[in-house]
Amino acid sequence: MRAAFLRLSGRMQRLLSLLIFPALLLFSAAAAQANTLSLAEVGDALIDANLRQKAPLVEQLLSVEDDDTLRFAQTLLEGDLYYRKSDRLLLTKDDDDLQAFFTQEPVVISSKRAIKKISVNNRLRIQLRAGIARMQIFASSEATRLTAAQSLLKSADDIDTATLKEAMAQETSPKVSEVLALVVGLKQLQSDNDNERRMGVDALSGSLYPEVRGALSNFIRDSEAAGHTKEAALAAEAMEKIETRLKINSVIENLYFGLALGAVLLLAAIGLAITFGVMGVINMAHGEMIMLGAYTTYVVQQLMPDHIGMSLVVAIPAAFVVSGLVGIAIERGVIRHLYGRPLETLLATFGISLILQQAVRSIFSPLNREVATPEWMAGTFSINPALALTYNRLYIIIFSLLVLALLALILKRTLFGLQMRAVTMNRPMASSMGIRTGWVDALTFGLGSGIAGIAGVALSQLTNVGPNMGQAYIIDSFMVVVFGGVGNLWGTLVGAMSLGVVNKILEPWAGAVVAKILVLVFIILFIQKRPRGLFALKGRAAEMG
Amino acid sequence: MTQDTLTKGVSLPVRGGPLTRLLMADAAGRRLVMALMALSVVVPFCNLVFPEGSIFHVSTYTMTLLGKYLCYALLAVAVDLIWGYCGILSLGHGAFFALGGYAMGMYLMRQIGDRGVYANPELPDFMVFLNWTELPWYWMGFDQFWFAMVMVLAAPGILAFVFGALAFRSRVTGVYLSIITQALTYALLLAFFRNDMGFGGNNGLTDFKDILGFDLQQDSTRAALFFASGIALILGYLISRWIVTSKLGRVLVAIRDSEARARFLGYRVEWYQLFVFVVSAMLAGVAGALYVPQVGIINPGEFAPINSIEIIIWVAVGGRGSLYGAVIGAVLVNYAKTYFTGAFAELWLFMLGGLFVLTTLYLPKGVVGLWAQMKEKFVTPGGPGSSSDSISQNQDKRQDDNDTGTNKAEGSV
Repeated sequence: MRAAFLRLSGRMQRLLSLLIFPALLLFSAAAAQANTLSLAEVGDALIDANLRQKAPLVEQLLSVEDDDTLRFAQTLLEGDLYYRKSDRLLLTKDDDDLQAFFTQEPVVISSKRAIKKISVNNRLRIQLRAGIARMQIFASSEATRLTAAQSLLKSADDIDTATLKEAMAQETSPKVSEVLALVVGLKQLQSDNDNERRMGVDALSGSLYPEVRGALSNFIRDSEAAGHTKEAALAAEAMEKIETRLKINSVIENLYFGLALGAVLLLAAIGLAITFGVMGVINMAHGEMIMLGAYTTYVVQQLMPDHIGMSLVVAIPAAFVVSGLVGIAIERGVIRHLYGRPLETLLATFGISLILQQAVRSIFSPLNREVATPEWMAGTFSINPALALTYNRLYIIIFSLLVLALLALILKRTLFGLQMRAVTMNRPMASSMGIRTGWVDALTFGLGSGIAGIAGVALSQLTNVGPNMGQAYIIDSFMVVVFGGVGNLWGTLVGAMSLGVVNKILEPWAGAVVAKILVLVFIILFIQKRPRGLFALKGRAAEMG
Repeated sequence: MTQDTLTKGVSLPVRGGPLTRLLMADAAGRRLVMALMALSVVVPFCNLVFPEGSIFHVSTYTMTLLGKYLCYALLAVAVDLIWGYCGILSLGHGAFFALGGYAMGMYLMRQIGDRGVYANPELPDFMVFLNWTELPWYWMGFDQFWFAMVMVLAAPGILAFVFGALAFRSRVTGVYLSIITQALTYALLLAFFRNDMGFGGNNGLTDFKDILGFDLQQDSTRAALFFASGIALILGYLISRWIVTSKLGRVLVAIRDSEARARFLGYRVEWYQLFVFVVSAMLAGVAGALYVPQVGIINPGEFAPINSIEIIIWVAVGGRGSLYGAVIGAVLVNYAKTYFTGAFAELWLFMLGGLFVLTTLYLPKGVVGLWAQMKEKFVTPGGPGSSSDSISQNQDKRQDDNDTGTNKAEGSV
């Protein structure tokens, strides 16, 4: 980094020496009245100036500190500043839209040749960047100052020590001060003074910014090369501190990913916990119910392309209804005839899963479909500079818990839930009490399938939506239900979360595939020990599965 | 032990050895064995003797295809042995098939020697590609044919033994067992996809050159492999038939029909289950080993759970609980698959799915039970109204009748 700085400044010196003479000649008059030039005038002058003449003008520009100037400098830096040849009107170009710089009104032009770019070279860019950073670091908004300070971490050379000190003194926000202190530290690392460098290392110790880590590791290398063993050791210590914190970070991150994976498993398995756990029906087409839910989301989005944010909310009940109806149809058409013959049920529903997959493949396409993520689900929140957690995972964790809670409520608090439990406990007795058991069976199966559909909506936000997506989850879902204990929602929750977390914690240590295999082997062994799962039902009901 | 008795039986059929007794009581089996013997001789003969263009000529393609079906049929017999007679629905039998295939594939890989792309006499191409310097320990010995053949039986057998011992001893049965067998094959699928495993990763083992010194591309080698498949199927059938008609076999059926009752009668259910599971896995391994040289490739795709489930449908279509039905089912379904994936690729999965649903709903005894089912439908006074349920209830009863028939013929209890 330091070498690069030297190289750049060398080039600047050469350029400067070339510049000074003509610049002096041409702009001696302008320089005399420097303070009186307004932004509009500077802009106007820039149109005519050649690259060499632009330097003092930019200097002029940056000496004034206000929002317009900042915007002007940024536009210029990005190469988006144009002017109309006919009337020298300054324009901003954003992709293909043009607007007047000062009035910000849209401008339409006849041809591309009617406008011309105000170009800048590397030297001007450096000048601009430094100026912008300086301006931003004193900006009134805290967010702007923070971004400016963070961008300074990447290129500490953009700001000189004096300005930095001034900014530090003025700064009121602790967040920004912290980052500025790091910038100071970075600058101190480059100092010739041993003491300063040590102070720099001290300032940087424990910081999680990747730039700081990079600078420190460069520093260690350079110090060792230069024989400054003491500084190198100090820096290594600081590095170690950073590494430890990063490790804690990655544990937190894995835990979060694990919980998110657990939430996905939970969503996929809740429906199964009903059809398999409560009714004892092995539904191999369960994964396809998830797939149908995901495709419903896709269709809903196609129907309302302008309201992606809303579409997801609409898709949840839609997916519930679609998958639920298909589930009821399967129950009435096939499974009804196979009660008490679990192995046959397994085969028949597997056949249904093949049919559904092929149907989706024929209707849509064998290729994956794109389901858009609404804006409110995108993005991340950062806990510290090296740890940013995505919102969509957070929403899915919350969503899965909500679905579970809702289901528990239905089972425990509604008439339907009561009838459902009665039928599963003792069918003939329930029937003689006037419960239409066939009807309850169909609705129960519909409920389980509908929840799988809802899981599909959530999954469409995380993975690819394709005809095979259900198959990826079917084995996992069964594992969760079997692991947690059949017929037990609480067990499903614990099973899903622990499998998710264990999977993600093993992943960095063993690799994704091996982690998955280990989890599968673990479950196979676990079932040997506790064939009825973590939270086994006690008593006669347990023997029926 | 089973092997010994059988070979003895083959050598002395006329004097009323076990084989005669076995076949005398099994009319359908007799016909099947005859048909298979004829097929194993006639097809290679027609392929080798008659020139191309002759109406009697069987192309090498057809012969290889038929050979494939024979391997599948053996696999179906293996599955029927445990599912039809012991009630163990394994959704992971493809794993044993694939393991046998890999053992054979490893032998064939070693036979390539320095004729590979990288011309390394010791290491298969994919290992050279991965910059491995020496053969992993588990590849040792596979240059010997006998060792590979031992492994064809041992690898699936040991896996089945360990897995079965764990599962049956803790009384994991029924649907739970089905699901964990599926998890087993899924785990193996993931494992074999990894390059580090040393089994060729994604691409598997392929580019085989010769077997026992005979060129695999030669028609005569193909014919010999076909013949071997036919013989293996006959032997597999006889072994399975022998098991299910023995006293042990009747205990198996008892376990299938009521595991708890069999246990209360004093039988160590888990040992019976384990025995038949291991035998079945070995048969599947042999099927895989014969399959690989004929199709010329083995890759992790064979471990895919759907493959294992397809085996179940062969057996279900043919007729669960009748070994010759499994053979018929495997050939029928696979012929349909070959035909439909060629002619209407889109329709095949619909058909397969439909087969699953229809056979479980309407054909609990498969196509071999169709005749009895029809007869019952028109003869029984209950009429068509009570059809599907009565059939399912009678299914096991009729199975018992079958076995009683065998009992009488054998003159034992």
